[in-house]
Amino acid sequence: MTEAEVLKQLTPVFHDVFDDDSIVLSPEMTANDIEGWDSQTHVMLTVAAEQRFGIKFRTAELESLRNVGHFAQVISAKLEGK
Amino acid sequence: MDQLLWLAQHPDLGSAIGEAKREADPFTRLDLAAKLAGYRRDFTLTTRLDRLASEGLRALANGETTSSGLRPLRIALLSSHTVDHLVPAIRVAGLQRRLALSVHVAPYGMYRQALLMDDAELANFAPQLIVLALDARDAPLQLPLEASQADVDAAVGERVDELRLLWRRARERYAAQVVQQTIVPADPPIFGSFEALVPASPYALIDRLNAAIRAAAREDGVLLMDLAWEAARGSYGDGLAEPVRWHQAKQLVSPNLAPLYGDQLARIATASIGLSRKCLVLDLDNTLWGGVVGDDGVDGIHLGQGSPSGEAFLAFQRYAAQLARRGIILAVCSKNDLSVAEAAFNHPEMALKRSDIAAFVANWEDKAGNLRRIASMLDIGLDSLVFVDDNPAERDIVRRELPEVAVPELPDDVADYPARVAAAGYFEAVSFTSDDATRGRNYALNAERKAAMSQATDMEGYLRGLEMVLTATPIGAAELARSTQLINKTNQFNLTTRRYSEAEVERIASDPRCVALAIRLADKFGDNGLISVVLARPDEAIAADELLIDSWLMSCRVLGRQVEVAVLEVLINAANAAGYRALIGEYRPTERNGMVAEHFPRLGFVQHPAPADSTRDATFWRYEFTSPRTPNHYIEVSA
Repeated sequence: MTEAEVLKQLTPVFHDVFDDDSIVLSPEMTANDIEGWDSQTHVMLTVAAEQRFGIKFRTAELESLRNVGHFAQVISAKLEGK
Repeated sequence: MDQLLWLAQHPDLGSAIGEAKREADPFTRLDLAAKLAGYRRDFTLTTRLDRLASEGLRALANGETTSSGLRPLRIALLSSHTVDHLVPAIRVAGLQRRLALSVHVAPYGMYRQALLMDDAELANFAPQLIVLALDARDAPLQLPLEASQADVDAAVGERVDELRLLWRRARERYAAQVVQQTIVPADPPIFGSFEALVPASPYALIDRLNAAIRAAAREDGVLLMDLAWEAARGSYGDGLAEPVRWHQAKQLVSPNLAPLYGDQLARIATASIGLSRKCLVLDLDNTLWGGVVGDDGVDGIHLGQGSPSGEAFLAFQRYAAQLARRGIILAVCSKNDLSVAEAAFNHPEMALKRSDIAAFVANWEDKAGNLRRIASMLDIGLDSLVFVDDNPAERDIVRRELPEVAVPELPDDVADYPARVAAAGYFEAVSFTSDDATRGRNYALNAERKAAMSQATDMEGYLRGLEMVLTATPIGAAELARSTQLINKTNQFNLTTRRYSEAEVERIASDPRCVALAIRLADKFGDNGLISVVLARPDEAIAADELLIDSWLMSCRVLGRQVEVAVLEVLINAANAAGYRALIGEYRPTERNGMVAEHFPRLGFVQHPAPADSTRDATFWRYEFTSPRTPNHYIEVSA
C-alpha cells in the first residue's frame, strides 16, 4: 500500500478518534493542526490505527509518529514487510 | 479482542452515532447515546458515544432535569496509573445501565493526598463512590527475594493497614462507598511454576497482598473491583495490559479493553445503588433442555448424563439453580401448553425443580406480554429481568418491545451459556445475607399465601390466620448490609426514595437523636426476613420535639398485611422514648411510588405545611402521639 493509499484509509481513523468528519489529512499536518490531538488522543490514535491496519507499532516507533506523513510512512512500511 | 459479546450487534453503529450527532437538543442526543450504548462496541465507538452524550450529561450534573429517567451518580477515580482513557467507557457503560455518571479523576498518583489531606476539588465533587485503582508498580513491597513468609506477611499487613486508613478516610470525609481494585501482577514470572513457592517472589507477594486486601475489604464493607481475578479468569483475553501502553502512557488497562473495564466498574456502581437485576427468566425448549417437549414428549427431550448435549443443558440448569441459591428469582417464559411445560419438570434428570420457579408462564401469547405478566406477578420492574432464550427472533422482538429487559446475545453452543450469562454481570452484588439465600423460597411461599388469601372468606380472618410476628431492632452491624440493600432497591413502597450507602446509614443509626429501625416479619409459612426500614431524624426545619421520618420503605412481599400499622406503633414507642412528641412524615412522589401517596393520611397523619427548603412535589404530614390510635392490625409485635 502506498503512503497515499494509507493516508486515504487513515482519514476515517482520524474522523472516529476526533469525532470530526471534516478533517482532511495532509502529510505535513501535526498535532498542532488538529484540535484535541494531545498525548491522550495520540495513544487512542495509535491503537485505532493498529486495529484498522492490523499492525503493531514498536515502542520506539511511537516517538516518530509526530506528523501525519510519518504516520503513513511507518504504516506503509509495516504493511510492505507483512 | 471481541468484548461485550452479550450485547446485540448493531448493523451500523458508526453511522447511527453520526446521525444522532445531528440532533440539536443535547438531551435527545443523550437519550440516543443511552440507547446505542446497549450495542456491542469497541473503544473508538464507545468514545464517540461518550461525546454524543457529553453535553446532556454535563447539563444533568449541573442540576438541569430531563425526563430521561437516568439515575445520577458521582464516582471519583483515585489511581496510581493513567485512567483518563477509561472514563468515556465508564460513562457509556453507565448509560447502558440507565446511570448518568459523573466521573472525577484525581491527579495521577495522588490518591493518598486526595484522601489524607483536604482536597477541595474532591470535596466539592462529593463522590458517592470512590474507586482506588492501584497497580503492582505503585509502592512495591521492598523485600529481598529470600525473605521469609513471616517477613512477607508483615510487609503485606503494613500495606493493607495503610489501605484501610485510606478507606476509613474516604468514608469519614466523603461518606462514600469505597471500591478497591485488586492488584494485577505486572512482571512475568522469574521462577516459572516454582514462583508461588518462593514467598517473596513478585507473583507470590501480589497473591498474598490480594488475599489480604480481599479479607480486609470483607471486614470493612469495602467493595472489590477484582481485576486480578478477572485477568486470571481470562476475561481480558491475552492480557489486561500491554507493556507498550505502560511505557507510552502509564496505562494499566489497554485502551482496546476500556469498554469491558468500564462495564465492570459500571456494574458495581449499579449494584451499589440497588439496581442490579433480580430475576432470570428462562425459555424452556432448547434453552433448558434439547428438543421440544410438546413434540418429543418428556422422555424424548435431551437432558442429563448420557449425551454431551444433554449434559450441557444440565450444566446450564445447574448454573441457574446456583443463582437461585444466592437470591436470584427464577421465572419461566415459554411458548408451550402449561401442563406440558410443567410436566417436563418431572423428568428425572432436571436440576431445576418446578418449586424453584417463582413465576411460571407457558402459553402461546407473545413473549413481551408474558414478560410484563411475570414482572407484575413478582412485583418487580421490567428493568429487573434478564431473559434467556435460544431463539434469536424472540430475543430480537423482546429487545424491541421491552428495552428495559436485558436480553443477552447467546453463543451457538449451550455449553457456553453459563459463562455468557455470568460475563454479562447482570447480577453483581454488594452484599450477601441469609435473606438472599432464602429469597427464592420466599417467593414460592408468597404464591402459597396468595392462594390462602383467595380461600379465606374475610380479610380479618386471613390476617389473623397468618400468625404474624414482627420484630423491630435498632439498625446495628448485623442489620446494616441488608438494610442498605433494601433502602437502595425498594421503589414502590418507599415514601421518599432516598438512597444511602452503608456508611451513611451507619451514621444515622449511630446518632442517639435518630431512630433507625430494621423490621423483620415471620408468619406461619416461614420467615420473611428483613422487610422494612425506617430512618427518622431531627431536622432544623421542624420543631425540636418533632422527629422527621426521613425514609420509610417496605418490601412489596408483605403488602396488604397492615405491617405499616404495626411499624408506626413501634416507631412511636421509639420516638417517645427518645423524648419526641410528634412525627413529621414526608412523601416525595416518583414514577414508581404512587401506591404510598395516601400512606400518611391512612395512618391518621394530618397534612402539615412543607418546610421552606423542601423538594417541590413533596407533601408533609404530622402525627401527634396523643392523637387517636391508628387502624387495627393483627400482628404480634416483639421489640
